Amino acid sequence: MKTLQDILQPQNLVYTKPTLMNDRPMHYCPGCSHGMVHKLVAEIIEEMNITDHTIGICPVGCAVFAYNYLDIDWIEAAHGRAPACASAVSRMWPHHLVFTYQGDGDFACIGTGESIHAMNRGENIAIIFINNAIYGMTGGQMAPTTLMGMKTSTCPYGRRADLHGFPLKMTEIAATLEGTCYVTRQSVHNVGAIQRAKKAIRKAFTNSLEKRGTSLVEIVSTCNAGWKLSPVEANKWMEQNMFPFYPLGDLKDTTEK
Amino acid sequence: MQQQQDTMLLKGNEAIALAAIRCGCDGFFGYPITPQSEILETLCKEKPWETTGMTVLQAESELASINMVYAGGATGKRVMTSSSSPGVALMQEGITYMAGAEIPGVIVNVQRGGPGLGTIQPSQADYFQSTRGGGNGDYEVIVLAPASVQEMADFIGLAFELAFRYRNPALILSDGVIGQMMEKVVLPPQQPRLTEDEIAQRYPWAATGRKAGRSSNIFTSLELNPEVQETHNLHLQEKYARIRRNEVRYEEYMCEDADYLVVAFGSAARMAQKAIEELRQKGIRAGLLRPITLWPFPYECIARLATGVKGILCAEINAGQMLQDIRLAVEGRTPVSHYGRLGGMVPTPEEIEEALIKMTRTLNTNSHE
Repeated sequence: MKTLQDILQPQNLVYTKPTLMNDRPMHYCPGCSHGMVHKLVAEIIEEMNITDHTIGICPVGCAVFAYNYLDIDWIEAAHGRAPACASAVSRMWPHHLVFTYQGDGDFACIGTGESIHAMNRGENIAIIFINNAIYGMTGGQMAPTTLMGMKTSTCPYGRRADLHGFPLKMTEIAATLEGTCYVTRQSVHNVGAIQRAKKAIRKAFTNSLEKRGTSLVEIVSTCNAGWKLSPVEANKWMEQNMFPFYPLGDLKDTTEK
Repeated sequence: MQQQQDTMLLKGNEAIALAAIRCGCDGFFGYPITPQSEILETLCKEKPWETTGMTVLQAESELASINMVYAGGATGKRVMTSSSSPGVALMQEGITYMAGAEIPGVIVNVQRGGPGLGTIQPSQADYFQSTRGGGNGDYEVIVLAPASVQEMADFIGLAFELAFRYRNPALILSDGVIGQMMEKVVLPPQQPRLTEDEIAQRYPWAATGRKAGRSSNIFTSLELNPEVQETHNLHLQEKYARIRRNEVRYEEYMCEDADYLVVAFGSAARMAQKAIEELRQKGIRAGLLRPITLWPFPYECIARLATGVKGILCAEINAGQMLQDIRLAVEGRTPVSHYGRLGGMVPTPEEIEEALIKMTRTLNTNSHE
C-alpha cells in the first residue's frame, strides 16, 4: 500500500499555487469571484514569464487590496482613474504589460469617462472588469450594472427605471469603439468557464504586449454576501438572472483574422 | 537637438514647454484651458516624441491629466501637467494622492481670476489652494512662484529636481501675466531623458516591473490600520520639516536700509519693484521681499526684516491670502497692510505706490497721537 510520502512526488503534481500569489489571507468573502480571477492573473503572468515588465493598476472597491495578493509592481489608482493611470504607465513603459483590475462602480460609474477615453485612444492596455452588479466593499449599494428589479441597500425595493435609471452595458459600448481590439464577457462559475476566462485574459495580455490596442475582459461575477445568498445559490442566481442580460462570449475580436 | 543654451523671445507659456523638453521631461499630460493653452500647443508643435522621445498627450480632462501624472511619476519618469485655476481645482484629489503615495511630479498653474469659472484674466487667488492643501489630509506641496519668463523656464528644472529629491509633487504657481507676456529668455541645453537602467538605479522605489531579487514596488495612499497610517503621516511631516529647513527661497531688493517693506510674489512683485523705484525717487525708503517658494514660506526672513521697518505692505492680486503668512511671520512686531485687485484686474505700480504712501501717512498719524 502507498504511503502519503509515496504520493507526494513531483511527477504526481497536478496543481500548485502560482508563485506570484502571496501567502496572505484574502479579505474577499468566501464564494466571491475575485479570488479566482486573481489566481488566473497570477498564473498567466507566471506562464508568460513577464513579471519584470508587468505593472498592475488596482481600483477602489473590493479589489483595492489586490496589491497585497499578487507579487508584482502595483499602482493604486483613485476611484475610477485606473484607465488614465494605465494610459500613462503604458506610454512611459511601452514594452510593458499594463493592466487594470476594476469593479463595476470603478470602471462603469465614477470612471466612465476615463474608461471610454482610454479605450477609444486604443491604449495598449488590458482591462479586467469585474461585474457583480453591486457595490461590495461599501456594503451592498446599487451599482451602474444592477439589474432592473434587483434589491440593494440603496434600491431596497428593487431597481426602478423612474427612480434609478437603467443598468449600463459598458462592454457593449466598448465594442463600438475604434480603439478596442478585443472585447469579451466571461465568468468563473464552473471549470469550463474558468478555462475560457483564463484564455481570454491571456489573449488580452498578449494583445497589449503586441500593441494591438485596448482589450476588455468583463467577468460576470458573484457577490454572494452582497446578494445575500449562499455561494452555490449565488452561482445559480447569476446564471438565471445575470447571464440573460449580460450574455457571455466575445463581442469583438479584431485579432482573429 | 540643442546642445547649447539658446536665447529666445518667448511667452511664459512657451518657455515652460521648451524648458520641459530640454530638461529631459518624459511626459506631459494636459487639457486645454485659457490662459495656458500655449503650453500644450507649443509641445504639440515641437513634437518632441520625434526628438527626445517625450510623450505629449491631450487628456480627456484635468482629472485624467493629474492621474496620468500620478501613475507616470510612479514609474520614476519625469512627468508634468499644466492648467489654470479651475482646472487645478479639479486636480486636487490627484495631488493629495501623489503626496500620500510620495510620487514626484510637476504641476503648472497659470492662474486666472475666480471663484468658480471666474475670468480668463490674471490672478493670484490660488495662493490658499496651493499652500493650504487644496485636497484632503495633512500634506504639503512645494510651491515655486516665477516672476519672469526666465523663471518660468528655470523653475521647470528646479521643480523636477525638488520633486524627485523629496518624492513630492511640486507646483509652479504662475499667472496669466507671466504666462502671456513675452521676454528674452535663456533656455538650458538639451538634457537627455533617463534610460530604464538609470531609473532603476536612481529610483529603486519606481514601478518598473518587479525585477528578480527585489520585492514588489507598490504605490498606495491607503492604510486601514490607524497606527500604521499615523506612522506614515509622521514620516511625511519629518520630510516636510526637512524641506522647510533646506528649500526656502526668496529675493530681497533694497531691503538693507528700508523703512517700509513690500512683500509680493510672482507678477505682483514686478509691479511692486517698479513702485519701490518710484518711492525711492520721492525719498521714501521702501524695499521688496519676494518669496520665491510660497511653501516652504520665508517666515524667518520676514520676521527678521519686520524688526527693522515701520510697516509692511503685502501686495497681491487677490483679497489677502499671503497676507496671513506674513502676519504669522511678523507676530505683531510691525503693522501689516494689504493691497490687492480682484477678479482678473491687475494692480498698477502707481496703485501699489499710492497704497504704500497711504500706509506711511496712517502710521505717522497714529504715532503722533
